[in-house]
Amino acid sequence: MLDLIVFISLLAMGYGFGRYSESKHYISIRKREKQLNAIPAIASRIPPHGNPNFDSHLVSGSVVISVDYFKRFIAGLRNIVGGRVSTYETLLDRARREAILRMKEDAQQRGAEMVFNIKLETASIHKGQRGAIGSVEVLAYGTALIPNT
Amino acid sequence: MLVSNLEVVPGKRIQKHLGLVQGSSVRAKHVGRDIMASLKNVFGGELKGYTELLQESRQEAYDRMLEQAQAAGANAVLNIRFSTSSISAGAAELFAYGTAVVME
Repeated sequence: MLDLIVFISLLAMGYGFGRYSESKHYISIRKREKQLNAIPAIASRIPPHGNPNFDSHLVSGSVVISVDYFKRFIAGLRNIVGGRVSTYETLLDRARREAILRMKEDAQQRGAEMVFNIKLETASIHKGQRGAIGSVEVLAYGTALIPNT
Repeated sequence: MLVSNLEVVPGKRIQKHLGLVQGSSVRAKHVGRDIMASLKNVFGGELKGYTELLQESRQEAYDRMLEQAQAAGANAVLNIRFSTSSISAGAAELFAYGTAVVME
């Protein structure tokens, strides 16, 4: 009985706090994405203009983000019936966008005009019970083009 | 030392190729951070302690790679890649590798 109460309160806390922090995070992501739109980030391997008047610098951004208890429970249910695990999709979406934003912030501080040759690297660094994903790390890195003055 | 994840740097010629250089670092989490992390596993959200920890160890792997490149007499490292793997329940390996070259 006590176990059940603990379980249900964990679920409720996960649901409440998880939803709150996710919506807050999405608002902040959208806001910063608009601000940093001036610095395009592209995956092309070669700089778009082969202009030697640019310095290049390696920039990177990373984030570790964790899924909440409620979402992990839902994902566990999904494992039985199969299909899209949308709770993990939003987790990875948030992590990727956040990592790219941090990379762009790094580039902005160096006065870069754009970032190219972007690589994304995802690692699941914490496994819960029965191999359930606990938290993921996403690293984004690329070459920033800094105008040579 | 020029460090980049480009394969070719525009406007500069590679004079000598010195081969692959690499650096790695394996870090374990510490208990204080682990407790915070398990709390966050209920509530969800960013694990700031882990973000910092992984950044520090990635920096260390990167520095080790640069040391190796310097020892080989390179003045640039090109085509850098990073990779992360969790090797056991409590530890992660951060790995950086690239090509050491001499540029004009």
